[in-house]
Amino acid sequence: MASGNALLELEGVSKRFGPVQALDRVDFTVGEGEVVGLVGDNGAGKSTLVKAIAGIHSADAGSIRFGGETVTIARPQDATSLGIATVYQDLALCDNLDVVANVFLGQEKISGGPAQVSRQLDEARMEHRASELLSGLAVTIPSLRSEVGTLSGGQRQQVAVARSLLGEPRVVLLDEPTAALGVPQTKQVLELIGRLRERGLGVVVISHNLANVFEVADRIVVLRLGRTAGDFEAERTTEEHVVAAITGAGGEGER
Amino acid sequence: MNTAEGAPAATARDEGSSTRSQVVRRFVQGDLASLRVVLGLVVIWLIFQSQNDRFLTAENLTNLMLQITAVGLISIGIVYVLLLGEIDLSVGAVSGLAAAVMTVLNVNHGWSPYLAIVAGILVGTAIGLLQGSLFSRFAVPSFVVTLAGLLAWQGALLQVLGSTGSININDPKITGLANTFYSDAVGWVFAAIVVAAYAGVVLTGHRGRVAHGLAGEGLAPLAVRIVLVALVTIVAVAILNSDRGVPLALLILLAFVVGFEYVAKRTRFGRHVYAVGGNAEAARRAGIGVNKIRIVVFGIAGTMAAIGGIMAASRLLAVNQSSGGSELLLLAIAGPVIAGTSLFGGRGAVWTALLGALVIGSISNGMDLLALSSAVKFMVTGGVLLLAVIVDAIARKERQAAGRV
Repeated sequence: MASGNALLELEGVSKRFGPVQALDRVDFTVGEGEVVGLVGDNGAGKSTLVKAIAGIHSADAGSIRFGGETVTIARPQDATSLGIATVYQDLALCDNLDVVANVFLGQEKISGGPAQVSRQLDEARMEHRASELLSGLAVTIPSLRSEVGTLSGGQRQQVAVARSLLGEPRVVLLDEPTAALGVPQTKQVLELIGRLRERGLGVVVISHNLANVFEVADRIVVLRLGRTAGDFEAERTTEEHVVAAITGAGGEGER
Repeated sequence: MNTAEGAPAATARDEGSSTRSQVVRRFVQGDLASLRVVLGLVVIWLIFQSQNDRFLTAENLTNLMLQITAVGLISIGIVYVLLLGEIDLSVGAVSGLAAAVMTVLNVNHGWSPYLAIVAGILVGTAIGLLQGSLFSRFAVPSFVVTLAGLLAWQGALLQVLGSTGSININDPKITGLANTFYSDAVGWVFAAIVVAAYAGVVLTGHRGRVAHGLAGEGLAPLAVRIVLVALVTIVAVAILNSDRGVPLALLILLAFVVGFEYVAKRTRFGRHVYAVGGNAEAARRAGIGVNKIRIVVFGIAGTMAAIGGIMAASRLLAVNQSSGGSELLLLAIAGPVIAGTSLFGGRGAVWTALLGALVIGSISNGMDLLALSSAVKFMVTGGVLLLAVIVDAIARKERQAAGRV
């Protein structure tokens, strides 16, 4: 099931915060066109792992390979330039700006010619590109010029994902993308994740919602107390097995 | 905070018929807010005209333009600060200090008027940058930093003026700023330039959208806007010409309004200002230098305060210990808020500085014509500000409700 080549491979990654061993020799891989669900109880190390990949906390030990080559991710910029995009749970959108402005926030396109002196925005080019991006994701947003604050939760999530795709990343990390969403909006977002897979991206989805994870993931990695407690093919396992690994009840599912 | 409900309806309104209704909606939720203020201004004018038929004469309207120049200029900087969701309480004091520095350098030290003006403006810029740096470096609320500034710069004003307490300005270059009027012909040339430039900008923008295959608003609404701007310009110039002519002060104000409106709405810097005001954390994560934006914005506020103060001194032909004092600060903040710039950041426009100054200036001017006391004037202006803020809050609530469902 796990398709394509491994894109991002973590081996023996550890991270310690003072007395707390947040990550303990964790192995983790994502392949091209693969959706990996990252699950675990609170404090299991999911967020720390994502932050290590995103360059917010650099790992103390272990190695990270990207596209087969060993890389160092010390800062968020390192992750971005490798082609790793992260969509955080709070989305970090500006409600007072429209969809186009949010998609291009911090990466605005500047007009050519004399207007370049004032760093004039090339709104038409940005809107054109944003429209391409969003229609490529089959996103349903009433108008690219609506303020993001007026959109529904699912639409906001879609805008955030579209923004992360602007830099043409190869791996996208989604932190709790369906939290606080209603049923139809959750469906929209899960479909969106499916389309990211179709494009050959590696997708990591952190979620508390096992039903959602099973619906969308090819593989499910369980973290427990900072260690890899399970690595399942989604089609060949059951929720019971995954829950057992999360709680540590079964003791099975070890890799 | 605004996630949970309202999902199913969202799909219902993205169907085919949308473009026309979107234009209507944009008009209702966006431009109607300013239309409301314009209507309010018309009502104010009619009320004062009915009380005193000198109010709408060319002479009084020209006076009104001269009266609002200083406040309007200061308000431009305030708009930027408000867009960040911050406040600058020092602009009144800074305007007085900058004018005093200019005057002392020119009158007492014999500097050329141009150098003295530039020095005065730079004092404002430096103060603004300093306050912005303190605010962003130490994360002290801007309210406190600029309140301290308000006191400190008032002290500096007294220091600069020295024992005299008041200095008259004789230099014709400086007094000319607020007391120059152009001939009818020059006025019409300005009008033609304004209309042509506006039409040019609107049509180029439209062409850019068409070139990228984007749905435009259609040419009809654009034509309506151009005709409206042309009408307002022609009427204004006609009125001004029938008195002393188009004043230089008004041109200065308009130039700054247009320039800073352009920066706010069309440039990357302006976009980042709105972003920081809307969600500073999101802006920071998007790689925007939030602190740099804040420092520059306070620099703009200080600069515009200085320019406003210099225009005020030019009109008064003097600086004194009360320059930049009394209600100037409050009016400069109240104006944009009355005209629709939010106190909470991220929403507003530079031209609200002009519209707000017009509203407040009209009330003040009208009450002067009716020979009302300062007591009444303050209370009425305060009441108008309160009313405007309440109306704005209600409108915002409605807009959110309308946008959501």
